[in-house]
Amino acid sequence: MNKEKALIAYVTRMGDNAIIMAQRLSEWVGHGPELEEEMAMGNFALDYVGQSRMYFSYAGELEGKGRSEDDICFLRDGWDYGNVLLLEQPNGDYGETIARLVLFETFYSLQLGALVTSPAKKLAEIAARAIKESTYHLRHAGHWLIRLGDGTDESHRRVQDAIDRLWTYTGELFEADQVDQIMQSDWEAPDLTDLRGHWHRQIDELLAKATLQKPDDGWMDSGGKNGHHSEHLGYILAEMQSLQRTYPGANW
Amino acid sequence: MYTQGLDQKQKKSVADPGDSPERLAAFQARIDADEKIEPKDWMPSAYRKTLIRQMSQHAHSEIVGMLPEGNWISRAPTLRRKAILLAKVQDEAGHGLYIYGGTETLGVSRDDLVADLLSGKAKYSSIFNYPTVTWADVGAIGWLVDGAAIMNQIPLCRCSYGPYSRAMIRVCKEESFHQRQGYEIMLELCRGTDEQKRMAQDALNRWWWPSLMMFGPSDKTSEHSAQSMAWKIKRFSNDELRQKYVDATVPQADYLGLRMPDEKLVFDEKTGHYEFGEIDWQEFFEVLKGNGKCNRERLEARNRAHDEGRWVREAARAYAEKQAAKDAA
Ligand SMILES: [Fe+2]
Ligand SMILES: [Fe+2]
Ligand SMILES: [Fe+2]
Repeated sequence: MNKEKALIAYVTRMGDNAIIMAQRLSEWVGHGPELEEEMAMGNFALDYVGQSRMYFSYAGELEGKGRSEDDICFLRDGWDYGNVLLLEQPNGDYGETIARLVLFETFYSLQLGALVTSPAKKLAEIAARAIKESTYHLRHAGHWLIRLGDGTDESHRRVQDAIDRLWTYTGELFEADQVDQIMQSDWEAPDLTDLRGHWHRQIDELLAKATLQKPDDGWMDSGGKNGHHSEHLGYILAEMQSLQRTYPGANW
Repeated sequence: MYTQGLDQKQKKSVADPGDSPERLAAFQARIDADEKIEPKDWMPSAYRKTLIRQMSQHAHSEIVGMLPEGNWISRAPTLRRKAILLAKVQDEAGHGLYIYGGTETLGVSRDDLVADLLSGKAKYSSIFNYPTVTWADVGAIGWLVDGAAIMNQIPLCRCSYGPYSRAMIRVCKEESFHQRQGYEIMLELCRGTDEQKRMAQDALNRWWWPSLMMFGPSDKTSEHSAQSMAWKIKRFSNDELRQKYVDATVPQADYLGLRMPDEKLVFDEKTGHYEFGEIDWQEFFEVLKGNGKCNRERLEARNRAHDEGRWVREAARAYAEKQAAKDAA
């Protein structure tokens, strides 16, 4: 794999992470525990839709085959989607959604922080924009994790369960494959081993504030980055892509 | 907006003992002089009650209105449309919050108002009890429902109650944006494939009459709300607003190349207005009573969100109390 191919794959994966997160977060619109929280989740979803558009357009440009952001988003099947498994998991209760946000945004803001100086100019620009949003999401979700962890017995139990359940999907975040290696050597993308250390320190700190226990690293599920997904992704795509699939070539 | 003339159901208001003739006259003089009434000002109890009902119904409608359109966020056909739709639904949540805030200035709490919505005691606009079954419904709602809402709300920008009038000025700007975006969806469909045109026509067929009902019962059959007019809470009658809406909307349908589902619709050269067919008021009152396609789903959705979110709100409260106790220590 050459460095151009690796960049396309990496940028597409980032777009996939963004759109799958957006699909999940937007499920809260109209159904949240509090109007203000519905709005927060909707705003985060909107940020992520915006980010996915930037990543997909950039990937299309790099690829040079005339594929638009929508072609990339709506006309690929699951095996070509490279989002991490963590993001396609169902929302669960509000605590689980918050726990997922914390686990992912902590990773994502570190990743973006490294990418802002990438020689891939456009990727660096997108990262500079996305990191502001990610930092804000993380602050919001972090506050909620603390509230829920240190709230009532029930909220503590629920959010601890959520962290325990999602933990198995956190290993994949730091698994470097060929794409990540080329990105690191040629495009100054973060060293995932390094990033893992930072991630653990930040998560430790947050879990402690939230009076939550950190689960042991047991078996870690993975495969999403390479298109090996759980059963959940198929439904997300079936729903999201339905109009494009039913009416091929139509303009909307 | 979304009050659909439900004020008719109100019982004759009993004069409050505090509402002396002198005070009422002074209040009316302020209204007549186009002064704005502010939360700290004295106001007749019936004025307060009317506003609380109208404003809370409006806020509830914004919130319940998120559901039919929210139904298409996950399936929006392009990323651009998804972003626009998400932003629109977010705006509606913002309107709801903002108008709840305005209602609270009248001495009621948002929690109590929401409880009335969830129990079914309070009403919201019946239009949101219709289903969104195709993507064109998202276009039709923006175009027709937001369009009708604007007709209703523009006069409310001059409403005598300051907080409501200011809320409406802010809300109207966003509603007209929604209306344009909805129309743009319809335009794209009407320029598209035969299937897309069919989708657009089908949505218009289903949404046109309910959008006319949004203005409430006809002036002929409804007790004219003279008091609301005198208080400058209402500025035009239901039929006047409905006519304005028809006159504005029919040419827009023509431009799209769509047919209004009304055989009797004709332009009257003499009056310069469109004449239109009889509204099926039976349907209106049925939906109002709860017998619409989505009445049950809508209320269940809000109740489920509320019930499933209880532990979250309790946790937030418990945490805040712990923090306050720590700060006090
Ligand atoms: Fe509205
Ligand atoms: Fe609105
Ligand atoms: Fe609107």
